[in-house]
Amino acid sequence: MSGGLKGVLLRLLFVVSLPLVLVTAWWLASDDSTDVYWPPLRTILTAFPDVWTGERLRADVLPSVLRLLAGYTSAAVVGLALGTVIGSYRRVRAVCEPVLEFLRAVPPPVLVPVIMLFAGIGDTMKIAVIASGCVWPILLNTVEGVRAVDSVMSETARSYGITGTARLRNVVLRSASPQIFAGLRQALSIGIILMVISEMFAASNGLGFTIVQFQRGFAIPDMWTGILVLGLLGFALSVVFRLVERRVLGWYHGLRASSRRS
Amino acid sequence: MKDKQLEDARPRSVSPTSGRPGLTNAALGAAGLAGFLAVWEAVPRLGLVEDDFFPPVSRVADALATELSDDTFWTALGDTLTGWAVGLLIAVTAGILTGVVIAVVPYLREATASTIEFLRPIPSVALIPLAVLLYGTELQSVLLLVVYASFWQILIQTLYGVQDVDPVAEETARSYGLGPWARVRHVLWPTALPYVMTGVRLAAAVALILAVTAELVIGAPGLGARIAVAQTSQAVPEMYALVVVTGVLGLLINVGARTVERRALAWHQSVRGEVAV
Amino acid sequence: MHALLEVSGLRKVYEGSGRRVEAVRDLTFTVDAGELVCLVGPSGCGKTTLLKCVAGLLNPTAGEVLLGGRPVSGPPPGMAVVFQEYGRSLFPWMRVRDNVELPLKQKKLSRSRRRELVDDALTSVGLSDAAGAYPWQLSGGMQQRVAIARALAYEPDVLLMDEPFAAVDAQTRADLEDLVRGLWRERGITILFVTHDIDEAVYLGERVLILSASPTVVQEQLKVDLPVERDQLHTRVAPRFAELRTHVYEQIQAAKRGVPLSKD
Repeated sequence: MSGGLKGVLLRLLFVVSLPLVLVTAWWLASDDSTDVYWPPLRTILTAFPDVWTGERLRADVLPSVLRLLAGYTSAAVVGLALGTVIGSYRRVRAVCEPVLEFLRAVPPPVLVPVIMLFAGIGDTMKIAVIASGCVWPILLNTVEGVRAVDSVMSETARSYGITGTARLRNVVLRSASPQIFAGLRQALSIGIILMVISEMFAASNGLGFTIVQFQRGFAIPDMWTGILVLGLLGFALSVVFRLVERRVLGWYHGLRASSRRS
Repeated sequence: MKDKQLEDARPRSVSPTSGRPGLTNAALGAAGLAGFLAVWEAVPRLGLVEDDFFPPVSRVADALATELSDDTFWTALGDTLTGWAVGLLIAVTAGILTGVVIAVVPYLREATASTIEFLRPIPSVALIPLAVLLYGTELQSVLLLVVYASFWQILIQTLYGVQDVDPVAEETARSYGLGPWARVRHVLWPTALPYVMTGVRLAAAVALILAVTAELVIGAPGLGARIAVAQTSQAVPEMYALVVVTGVLGLLINVGARTVERRALAWHQSVRGEVAV
Repeated sequence: MHALLEVSGLRKVYEGSGRRVEAVRDLTFTVDAGELVCLVGPSGCGKTTLLKCVAGLLNPTAGEVLLGGRPVSGPPPGMAVVFQEYGRSLFPWMRVRDNVELPLKQKKLSRSRRRELVDDALTSVGLSDAAGAYPWQLSGGMQQRVAIARALAYEPDVLLMDEPFAAVDAQTRADLEDLVRGLWRERGITILFVTHDIDEAVYLGERVLILSASPTVVQEQLKVDLPVERDQLHTRVAPRFAELRTHVYEQIQAAKRGVPLSKD
């Protein structure tokens, strides 16, 4: 790449040009639209600030995000803990594997009606739904990662007396972390899906609930703004995730880059 | 989409196993499965959980037998599989074509990167209200969600695969005067294939999730809608039976996709080996 | 001098699915405190098995290993191992300094003492500038230096080295050999060095133990009567060096053919 300002400008052009073209195309194509379902982008954007006021953000977006966080975090804790145990013992793994393969394969959304039986329709239900869907990719990837700890690394740790929790913290979990993050990333997209549909099923607030309300009330531009908000939320969460991943797995990306170069 | 990279980069440990691991593992796995079913039977019977919410496995098995002898169940299964298969097919075709075009046309990759990074994390369920308005409970509703969700898996994996093309091979092909189409066929496609297969495996799982979701939430005919009906009519054992069916379906899809992927990978490596010798 | 490390009647049999592989049959030898002993043998002769038994990483089928008179049943605190696969032995998520320091934390040493040991070890291997780098940012030879520094900082009674230079290029290898000789002379540590390279064994060792093909026994013990002061240029062309290496070479060829062994 060419150095200096020119390179930066060129890259900036690449980043913004296609989105600009697409948004402009949408704007122009929809501008004189009379189709109720495809309102002009102008109308959607004008509706946006009226719909997503501070009050609504607090009353609908915040509860959704908090439920997602609670479910996701509990799934991560349970998945990591169980995954480490199962991954560390060959026999435990052999016993659990078929059952886990089956449970993982159940499409998480069908858990919504099942969990509603136990937990009603409150926050507990939604958090439980999110957690029970997110836990499998985290659990199975942790098992794989822990299982695949390099034999020379384990022997090095053993010969230097690095055992017990120190081994777990400094060797096993670190070595498994690329795989664990792959699981966490899959779990995040499943978590967002479950957050939305658990609210579409039964809720009195939340993003999924609000968007369905708009749709049922034929408030089409408002519904479109809701879709935009969900899109922005998904994007924002993936950016945050990537930042965390870059930090935690910096060594891994460096290692991969260096082994590719050689 | 991460696991491909992981497989490449991480040294696999080879641990000496004793005994006949295949056989003992299978026995242990069967024992685990039996234990799981036993616990499922015992927990409601012992009254640890109310059996209205959590019926013992024997009652779920009865319900499953009833389902299996019901024609409407098979219709629902067929509907789900149709939505899954058609959606996946569209997503795979579109994903591969888009990926190859982006890779072949100069500068298109740089120009599309930001757009892809923005569109990909948008949850497909955000499209549910739109699908309801546009298509109601028609198959198209299911397809919209399935295609949107699985398209990105394929596209991203195709792009990874194309990125992996050896520049030397590309240069060689160019220097022998191979045209763009020939280069795609003989250099780009063989390199990208294993990545694409990984994408297909991931997309197949995601497609099932979204197909069932669409049926469950929107009410498009299929297993998901049948679960919703069982729920509203308080037919709890039937509901569990249907959940088990979706799980088995998911399991078969996972196992099948993994087998196909492994075949493709093996073929790929053997071909490479022959070229190298 | 008294024996710091005693290996007596060591035997290791791997039991597989109806298959028994006798890797090590009967090994007896000692290493004195402050000695540098090289173990050399034909490839696949169970050198690594032997070393892992000595390190307490594998349990022998019979016989025992004594370190300072105490039987080894697990990795003893007074032993450090340098593996051949430096890339898999250093932790890629830790910087060089943290890699060297981690075992010291397990020893519950104070922060200042750890710092002192790490700095000293890194200086000894000529890597004090690389403390903040990640291992994968360094060349193979430098990575193996880090592994050696980690072992030095651990202050072991015995340093075990398992073909440590088999995976580096010839030039680096010569440098590392001199590094090991130098460290041994400066610090008076006891080193058991496993290699399949005859020249390396003769050049480095004060004594060379020649192993037979698997199932392994000690074929011969050879005192290396070269001067203590050795260098790559002159030692390797000295007539005595050539004699010794020829002798070792013949012994190993005999071991490979499985010629009946004359016990001495």
